[in-house]
Order: sequence, then structure tokens, then C-alpha cells
Amino acid sequence: MRITRMLGAAALLFGLTVTPAVADSSPSPSASGDDSAPTSAGTSFRTAAEVDQGQEATASASTGDYLYWSFPADAGQRPTVRATVKLPASHAAQTWQVDVYDGLRRRQSCQYGAQTRTAEQGSTTVELACVLRTVRAWSEPWADDPLPGTYYIRLTALNLTTADLGQPVKASVRVGSKDIGGAAAVDGSLAQPLVPGIAVSSKSGSEDGDTSKAAVLSSIEPDGGWTSGWWSDRWVWTGIGAVLAALAGIGGYALTRGSGRPTRVPPAA
Amino acid sequence: MIRTQRLAAGVCALLATLAAGLAFPAAAEAGEPTSGANAKVDLVLDVSGSMRTRDIDGGTRMAAAKQAFNEVLDATPEDVQLGIRTLGANYAGNDRQTGCKDTAQLYPVSTLDRTEAKTAVATLSPTGWTPIGPALLKAASDLADGDGSKRIVLITDGEDTCAPLDPCEVAREIAAKGIGMTIDTLGLVPNTKLNKQLSCIAEATGGTYTSVEHTDELTDKVNQLVDRAADPVVTPVATEGATQCTSAPTLKSGLFTDREEFGQQRWYKVDVDPGKELRASVSVAADRAVSPSYGVLLRAVTVHGREIVRGESAGNGRTDVISTGLRYPKAESDADDAPAETVCLQVTNSFSPASRVKTTPGMPLELTVDVVDGPSKASDVASFGLGRGWWLLGVLVLVGFVAGLLWGWLSRWRVAVWRTN
Repeated sequence: MRITRMLGAAALLFGLTVTPAVADSSPSPSASGDDSAPTSAGTSFRTAAEVDQGQEATASASTGDYLYWSFPADAGQRPTVRATVKLPASHAAQTWQVDVYDGLRRRQSCQYGAQTRTAEQGSTTVELACVLRTVRAWSEPWADDPLPGTYYIRLTALNLTTADLGQPVKASVRVGSKDIGGAAAVDGSLAQPLVPGIAVSSKSGSEDGDTSKAAVLSSIEPDGGWTSGWWSDRWVWTGIGAVLAALAGIGGYALTRGSGRPTRVPPAA
Repeated sequence: MIRTQRLAAGVCALLATLAAGLAFPAAAEAGEPTSGANAKVDLVLDVSGSMRTRDIDGGTRMAAAKQAFNEVLDATPEDVQLGIRTLGANYAGNDRQTGCKDTAQLYPVSTLDRTEAKTAVATLSPTGWTPIGPALLKAASDLADGDGSKRIVLITDGEDTCAPLDPCEVAREIAAKGIGMTIDTLGLVPNTKLNKQLSCIAEATGGTYTSVEHTDELTDKVNQLVDRAADPVVTPVATEGATQCTSAPTLKSGLFTDREEFGQQRWYKVDVDPGKELRASVSVAADRAVSPSYGVLLRAVTVHGREIVRGESAGNGRTDVISTGLRYPKAESDADDAPAETVCLQVTNSFSPASRVKTTPGMPLELTVDVVDGPSKASDVASFGLGRGWWLLGVLVLVGFVAGLLWGWLSRWRVAVWRTN
């Protein structure tokens, strides 16, 4: 009886505390309506077109071009890159591939998704996808785990017949991400996200004056800024655990005490 | 650090909303460069005899080019300096020697006077040879001075008729000489041979190749390329890596460019203070035909030759570039005046040239170096060592319950002992 009441209270408490955590873990990056998605792609890491998560970037290009975009990904997110290529009316079989690189230009593996696909002769579109690993707040320097920062997308045709070179194609790219939440919350954090050129840009940003000429390699940032990395739903789990342990302790103690009056003392005493 | 940045950004945003527009220029300064002011574009147009062919939207190729140029000249952004160069416009004879020198500057690379430029374009009529190589060389010298981005847009309908000067090699040499020089090529109603030559020229400089069959395609593409030139980009700083660490140049944070030949190694040095993190990434571009398997290795090595960390990457198939990177956080030091550590960076590539491809000049190498504050080290796998999940709750409840029971029994036993005494 007492135990059921206790469990009920614990469940209520749990429900109350978990709700904000669940609300918190909804993905934050979304396209802010006012700034428009890029309509052209870059041709190198240096000139990659910057696209926010949730935006659809488009580009008209030629077969054989190497198309580059960049997007920000923050700790706890698992980004998914989707690319669609509209091919010209007539072409030979060609293979397209989407590659994702991190802010250090290290190639990042795709967990799943059709990263490479061959368009048979006469097909009109190719759809590619790449689901990255979860971005961690910290990793050892010897690992190539995804870290918060800029990510580059490279879309290109892998093999082409000479006759297909230079044919007009339309490409579009969209990046979404799933919020993994506390399960991916690791200890440690980077002082600054893995954004190329950040040492130069943060320096020139701090000294006011003639810095107008400073082009930056990457000025990308998630919608709400980079997270500081201290919050995770682990706090909630651990907190609830502590409360439950305390309640269970009280319960266990209470069990040894009986109904509240010592058994050996007669009721009339 | 990130937290402070975020706070600063928040304050900035607040200021901006309070004093609409007043606070924003400050924020824009760092992220909004204006090096587009120096952007230069040279349009190189083929005016050879074959441009008379009527196969673009029912008109001649020349007519299509003229119409496209008129529209492009109208749409050119103010801050782009634009010039027009012709090839094969003046000499109609049969002498190859003279024909292959026939390239002229129709409109000098300067701030655009639209009317003047259009008048100049209107005078053109298809005439002579197709000396692509010499025209590219001249176009490169048109753009020689200035430090902004430079773009050559080559529009032609036939392959080079001035062998043995291979325009592909010319393009590679141009790219090796000038920094940030890109050649984009457009082929008018191209055949396979032209496709090959023009895409080779484009790939040699990191440019793009497009085949054009309609006037509006031509207009759109040239407009796109001119706009791209106006986009501000970071201009890399030229450096020359050494063959060993001791004589290597010392680099600070920034973007650098160099050349690396097949099988060559390049060394650079970076000073890293204690408590700082070195981030370096390198990419080696395949600007010519290479064998289908390749790789790049970037190593951070101490001055004594011990490897600290490496980044490596390999690939196969068609590619423009192969890249890798590394991070090296240098541990904090207790001493106040601990000296900076000199870290040597070694770049090697395992590209191999396809048969009959010239191996000089070296392939373009791009190196970014960032020395930033060091990361906070992880003392546990989980964030702050906190727990998560049903197993955690179960264990805590069980341990709590058992502890409660024990405590209860213990106190009962103590009471019993006290009573008996």
C-alpha cells in the first residue's frame, strides 16, 4: 500500500521533471524565413556556398563540376544530407556521389544512405543521401569523430563519358538533423567550434577598425549559436535517480519500523 | 569560450533590436568582406571563322555570343572590373605563324563603361584561327596586377589550332604563376574533342566547363561566372615549404598556398603556445590527369622527429582534390613563461601522373592553419560523469532501498541493545 503510493509519487515526479527535458531535445535548427537559401554552389572548399540546416540550396551547374556547400552542425545532432540531381534529357550511364567533410577537411563516413548511385541511361534524376555519425562535443585528437563546426558537402559525378561533360544539370541539397540528446552527451568541449579560419576571423572581429577587407573561410553558425555543451538530459536522469534512491531508502527504512508503534509496547501504555 | 561568444552574440542581437541597424555593421565587419572590389574578369571570345556556323537557335554562333555579351554587360555588378579579349579576330590569312599570334584586347580590364564595351563587341565579325593557348597567356597578363579574385572566361567553338602549345599546360602554368586565377570554359555546340580540351583547361585551374547549345544558356552561365567573381573569397598567401623541418617556413594562422610535385614532401612549422590547439588542414588538388588511386598524408611532428598526430586520406576515381586535417592540443604548462612548441607539419601525397602527363609545375596545395584556445579535457566519457537510463534508476533505487532497510535494522538493533542495558 505504502509502496504503491510511493511509486505513484515517484512516477508523478518523474513525469514532471522529464517533460521539460523532452521539450528541450526537439531539434532547434530550422530555416529562419528571412535569409534565403543559396541558389548557386561553390567550386572548392574555399568558395563553398553556406547553407543552414533545413534550407534547400539549389544550383544550376554542368556535369563534371564539383559542387560545394557548407553547413553548421552542433554537438548532439546527427546530420542527414540529401542531394537531388536533375539530369539532362539524354546521357550515358553516370555515377554520382555526395561526400561530406568536416571543418578540418577530413572526410566523414556515412552510417547509411545511398552515398553513391548510378543513373542509368535516360533516367532523369539521381537521389543521394548520407547520414553522418552523431556530432560529439569532444573527442581525442587522434580520432576523426565528427565535432561541432562547419561541414562541407561535395557533390560530383564520379565517372563520365567525354560526351556528357559540360551538360547542364540542376542540383539541390538539403541538410536536416536528428537530435540525439543526452545519449550522445560526452564530457569535455572544444574552446571553439571546428570552423576553418576561426583563429583569423575572431581576431579581426575583436579589434575594431579597418577589418572590412577580411574575407573569412567560413562564417557559418547554427541558428541559436553554438551550444555551450554543459546541459544534457543526463542531469534530469541523475536527479530523478537521486530522488528515487532517497524515496526507496525512506521506504526501506519504513518497512523495518512496522506500523509506527513498537510492537512490544501494549496499546494502553 | 563558446559560451562567452554566444553571450556576446546575444548582446549584439539585443543591441540590434534596440537600435535598429546601428549595432549590425559591427557584427557584419568580421563576416562580410568586401574584397569583391578587386574582382577582375577577362572574357576571352573566339572570333574564328567557324563562328559563322548557323546552329544556335537558328542564328550564327557569333550572333548568339554577341547577344549574350550585351546582356552580360548590362548585368555586370558595379564592383567587377571586366575586360574583353578576342582570339582570331583580325587575321584571315593562311599563315599559321601569324594566325597563331592573333589575339587582341577588345576592351581593357577596367571599371565597365557599358556603352563603350557594347560598341566594341558589335564590331566583331568571325575571321581567323583559334589560338587558345596564346590568348590565355595574354589574358593572364591582362589580369596580372591586383590581389582580388581573377577569372578568365573562355568562350570558343573549336579546339586549339596552334599545336604544339597545349592550352591545357598553358592553363596549368598560368594557375601556377598567379594566385587565385581561375579559368572557366564554355564550348559552343562542342564535339567530343572540344569537350575534352576545354574541361582539361578548366580542371587545371579549378574552374568549370559548360557546353552551350542555346543563347540563354550562354547568357546565364556567363552571368553566373561574373557574379561568382564578385563573391568575396579569402585570398591565400603564397608560401614555399621546405624539404625538411629545420629549414621550413614558420606559419601563423591563415590560409596558405603552395605547389607540391608528385612524390614530393613539404614541411612547414607552426609555433603552438601551451594551452593552445593547432588545427591544420591540407588539400592537394589534382589539376591534371592522375592515376585513379591517390592519397594525402599530413603529419604533425616534433622538432626531434617524433610523430604527434597524423591525418590521412585516400581515395579513388575522378576527383578535384584530396584533403585531410589534424588537431593537436598542446597541454597547459604550470610555468608562466613556458616556451611555445615548434610543431613541424609534413605534407606528402601519393598521386601518380597518368601516362604522358607533365609533372611540373607541382600540384596546387592549400593549407589552413588555425591556432585557437585549447579544449577542456574530458575527465569521463559521459558529460560531467552523469548517468542516464533505466539501469541507472534501477541501481539507484535498489541501493537506496537496501540502504534504508539496513539503516532501519541497525537502528532497531541499537534500540534493542539500549533497552536490554
